[in-house]
Amino acid sequence: MQAVLDDFPAYLEAFGYTVFLFLVSGVISLLIGTVLAAMRVGPVAVLRLVATVYVSLLRNTPLIIVFAFFAFTAPIFGIRFGWLDVSIGPFDFTAFFGAAVVSLSLYTSAFVCEALRSGVNAVPLGQAEAARALGLPFGGVMTQVVLPQAARASIPPLASVQIALLKNTSVAAVFGVGEAVSQMRSFNNDNADQRYTIALAFVIGYVVLVEVVSFFSARLEKRYRVTTA
Amino acid sequence: MSGSVLFDAPGPRTRVRHVLYSVAAGVVVLVALGAAAWRLYDADQFAGEKWEVFVTPDYVRIILLDGVVKTLQMAAASIAGAVVFGALFGIGKLSDHAWVRWPSWAVVELFRAIPVLLMMVFTWYALGPTGDNSFRAVVVALTVYNGAVLAEVLRAGVLAVPKGQSEAAYALGMRKSQVMVQVLVPQAVKIMLPAIISQCIVALKDTALGLYVLAPGLTFIYRQLYLEFNNRVPTMIVVAGLYIVINLLLTALANWAQRRYVGERRQLVVPMTGSADQRTV
Repeated sequence: MQAVLDDFPAYLEAFGYTVFLFLVSGVISLLIGTVLAAMRVGPVAVLRLVATVYVSLLRNTPLIIVFAFFAFTAPIFGIRFGWLDVSIGPFDFTAFFGAAVVSLSLYTSAFVCEALRSGVNAVPLGQAEAARALGLPFGGVMTQVVLPQAARASIPPLASVQIALLKNTSVAAVFGVGEAVSQMRSFNNDNADQRYTIALAFVIGYVVLVEVVSFFSARLEKRYRVTTA
Repeated sequence: MSGSVLFDAPGPRTRVRHVLYSVAAGVVVLVALGAAAWRLYDADQFAGEKWEVFVTPDYVRIILLDGVVKTLQMAAASIAGAVVFGALFGIGKLSDHAWVRWPSWAVVELFRAIPVLLMMVFTWYALGPTGDNSFRAVVVALTVYNGAVLAEVLRAGVLAVPKGQSEAAYALGMRKSQVMVQVLVPQAVKIMLPAIISQCIVALKDTALGLYVLAPGLTFIYRQLYLEFNNRVPTMIVVAGLYIVINLLLTALANWAQRRYVGERRQLVVPMTGSADQRTV
């Protein structure tokens, strides 16, 4: 524990990167996932196919391979993150961070899509039928009637997906982002004799973060729960 | 609710519109794919010598034996361990004794909350960071994580067995342990089977994280191959393809198990775990 306490700013900074990765990728993955879900349940066959293929490819590939794609293969396609160089306080957001955000967002969006789709499936049939009977087109049925209800039913699975994302940010350690697990490894390298307490310190950090996300998702779920009379 | 409920059967004008959308979307997709293929071709990634290794018998053997088989071994060992771990703590969480229930709850919550990679790094350093221990580090990390998830699955599965079953068993004079072992668990296993198979997919995918602790398996072979032949792109396509094929097979198996053993009933939904239809990371 002494090693962590001696360099506590490094510990906090590492978790700072974890939180940044989580927040940025979380928002982007929710946006892409929503579009994908709409494509998957929509009337245009080609888009349905594209979304289905995308989701099953991303969901069945290990995250680390998605990371490797954006780190090594994407530059061949001209997708580079070298332009990214932002410093905020002690944090430097560089090409590694950009690649990590894109990998995490695209990977997580496939799971967001599935969570939303299970929410859409949970909306009673009569709702969509009533909306259609009122003459709403597909866009109207979705945005006015189905999605608002699906979003509520999706909160628990979406929270699981986001918590998984929070834990998955650790994979960025393999690709040069100085987040919590990579910091833990460098603490370990320097202080092999303290490995149990070092691990304990980082476990506490993750447990706190996961509990915070769970707390807010439980609040949201309670707030928006559909009460059936 | 299937997709078709969300929109009316299209009339002639809508059909034309949909065809236009389809064509536009199709063109965009084809152009994107074509551009990607052109870039790859331009970067010489389709050159024969970059792919030759995947049809060379010696290397195919290495990919299959040191890659696929090692990965499957790690995943299988982890799942076997996870089932034992899950059974222990899942039943622990259902115990009537608070001193068993609370520690089981704490263990399950703890191991579900920490990233697998952190657990891997920790175990690796605890065992001694050598090549021999990476395999064990991966298996231990995946066992405790997936075990914690399966503990939740088991608990939900046992609770999903109709109440009349345990009441009838108690009425026959069975003891608590008999009710659990002879009546509840056998029925719960059937309900749980699809969720367990889905968890195999999660374990299989997570074996790839072993790269960080120098563990064997597909990602290790991936590294070796592209270092030797300088063919990152073809190797990535092949390795990702292998993972995807194995996972799709497991998904099909989970769906089959769902139909065969659970039937039309809703799939077991457990927070922070997966089902064949909607599984988490």
